[in-house]
Amino acid sequence: MTRTGYLPRKLLFALVTLGIVITFNFVLFRVLPGDPVKMLFRNPRLTQEAQERIRVQFGLDKPMFLDTEALLNGDLGAAFDSQFTAYLRNLAQGNLGVSFANRQDVGELLRERVWRTVLLVFSGELLAIFLGMAVGLLAAWKRGTRIDAAALILGLLAWALPTFFLGIILLLLARGVLPAGGMVTPGYAQPGTLAYWLDVAKHLILPATTLAIVNASGYMLIMRSSTVEILAEDYILTAKAKGLSNLRILRDHALKNAMLPMVTLIALTLGYTVGGAIQVETVFSWPGIGRLVYDSVAKQDYPVLQGAFLLLAVSVILANLLADILYSALDPRVRLG
Amino acid sequence: MNYLRQFARKPMGMIGAAMLLVVVAAAIFAPLIAPYDPYARVRAAPDQILAPPSPQHILGTDDAGKDVFSQLLYGARVSLLVGFTASLVSMVIGSAVGLVAGYYGGKVDTVLMRVVDFLLVIPYLPLVLVIIAVWGRGLWKIIFVIAILGWTFTARLVRAQTLSVKQRQYILRARAIGASNPRIILRHVLPQVMPLIVAQTVLDISATILAEASLSFLGLGDPTLVSWGNMLNFAFERAISRQAWWFLLPPGFAILWVSLALILIGTSLEEIVNPRIRSHHLFDARRMVALVLPVPPRPVNPPEPVKEDA
Repeated sequence: MTRTGYLPRKLLFALVTLGIVITFNFVLFRVLPGDPVKMLFRNPRLTQEAQERIRVQFGLDKPMFLDTEALLNGDLGAAFDSQFTAYLRNLAQGNLGVSFANRQDVGELLRERVWRTVLLVFSGELLAIFLGMAVGLLAAWKRGTRIDAAALILGLLAWALPTFFLGIILLLLARGVLPAGGMVTPGYAQPGTLAYWLDVAKHLILPATTLAIVNASGYMLIMRSSTVEILAEDYILTAKAKGLSNLRILRDHALKNAMLPMVTLIALTLGYTVGGAIQVETVFSWPGIGRLVYDSVAKQDYPVLQGAFLLLAVSVILANLLADILYSALDPRVRLG
Repeated sequence: MNYLRQFARKPMGMIGAAMLLVVVAAAIFAPLIAPYDPYARVRAAPDQILAPPSPQHILGTDDAGKDVFSQLLYGARVSLLVGFTASLVSMVIGSAVGLVAGYYGGKVDTVLMRVVDFLLVIPYLPLVLVIIAVWGRGLWKIIFVIAILGWTFTARLVRAQTLSVKQRQYILRARAIGASNPRIILRHVLPQVMPLIVAQTVLDISATILAEASLSFLGLGDPTLVSWGNMLNFAFERAISRQAWWFLLPPGFAILWVSLALILIGTSLEEIVNPRIRSHHLFDARRMVALVLPVPPRPVNPPEPVKEDA
């Protein structure tokens, strides 16, 4: 075992992961069949000259990773002058290319939309954590009763439901009561006003609830099983012997210890939550990154897909790093181990 | 055999098995049951477009005038094919990785587990989505991508179990009499881990079916096939505004049905092979006795108990 500290190890892992994702993203969209210039610009009227200019601008005249000939000649500067380094340079400058569909800068397109997805995922996740922990704790405490059975059956049902289908069902059920899609009622209020944000909140209810129900099922089942195990520990018996009330035991002894597996699980399922967000945004036309991905798939808008995937992957990697840091703060044992 | 008998005593598991049987029957006998061929070209009269359920079309018709019920039956084939094939491949990869990592330990273990950690932090659906978007839509491509990315949970589970199994006496003895490592893994460790692998794989099939359905719903399903995800994609794009619930709801409930069936079977199997604690201290004494009392009769040939928590 290496004796590196816990956090440096996690940081290194995150960095390596980032590196692999960036490289993968580069390679994946370069193995597209056909000429990249024609694929990237999809303009049949492009002159030979213009094509050549684009080729130079994007470094497509250069080798993909490494100029081995230059490397053997000892010319290091030329050896690393490749498509990959050009891609990295562009990435560092926030240049993610241009959308096929509307010629918009991909970075700008993503920036404009990212907070909407953050808003959706954040509120859905918060609701899911609260719901999952509360119901899971209750089910574990009342284990074997009707409450437990009901919670279990609902949990399994939500687990088995495809996210997008739950969205469609809620959409049909709430028809006429809540807005069916979008983020705002067009022309209803000026952005930034209170009325505007209330309108956004009204549009957020259905998508956030959909995301919450699907995620809560997993949290509930894990919360229930870890609480059941904790409640069988001797220190719970000791607490009961001391005469503490059940509620107090649950709050001070069970909940605290059940928090640790929850933090791990939330971090671990974040990647799935992002996948859920794509489906939910698609169903409810929520104009975030997920809906953008859906529209770009239909239009085969590769630069946008590439940028969106990179953004999603990087966010999840960073969120996981954050969870690791949080975990070491919650549980002093991992810092030593 | 003992496991099978224990499974027969799990009501949830039996319900799940019955539900799965219905889907399997639908998939196998689709050509016999289906009143229409969903792959045939139809020239539909205008009143046959998105027609509500009627005696001729018990679940109505879709936007091309095709019978929804027939599509539903044929869709079962795609879901089951993707679910079982991709999960079996994942199972083999995951078991191999888990066994090797757990048994050999050391550097091999570290490297393999870093790969697992890596796959776990990459958002799954977006990754599958971009690969299929770039590579092209097709049934076997979808199966391949899902299989090659879906083995991480199995690997972690198998590794944890292998770690505990390899400490047991008979493994140490087998090594002492000179059995080779591959032989020990295949003959002595694998049989002990197998029940857990099976339970996990059943749950994986459900996850795989959901993944394929989500992918198809997002417009990346195999365009030449009638699948539940494709139906939902069409229905969502073209029928939701016209309130054609008969086109929208059946494929969704079909997916829910088969995935719930597999989850019920999988969790029941999990309970059998990975028995958890049966009581806890916040119950009052009366109920605790009631819970503990019905001790299952011990089988004549008790299997090696698998107690360690994964």
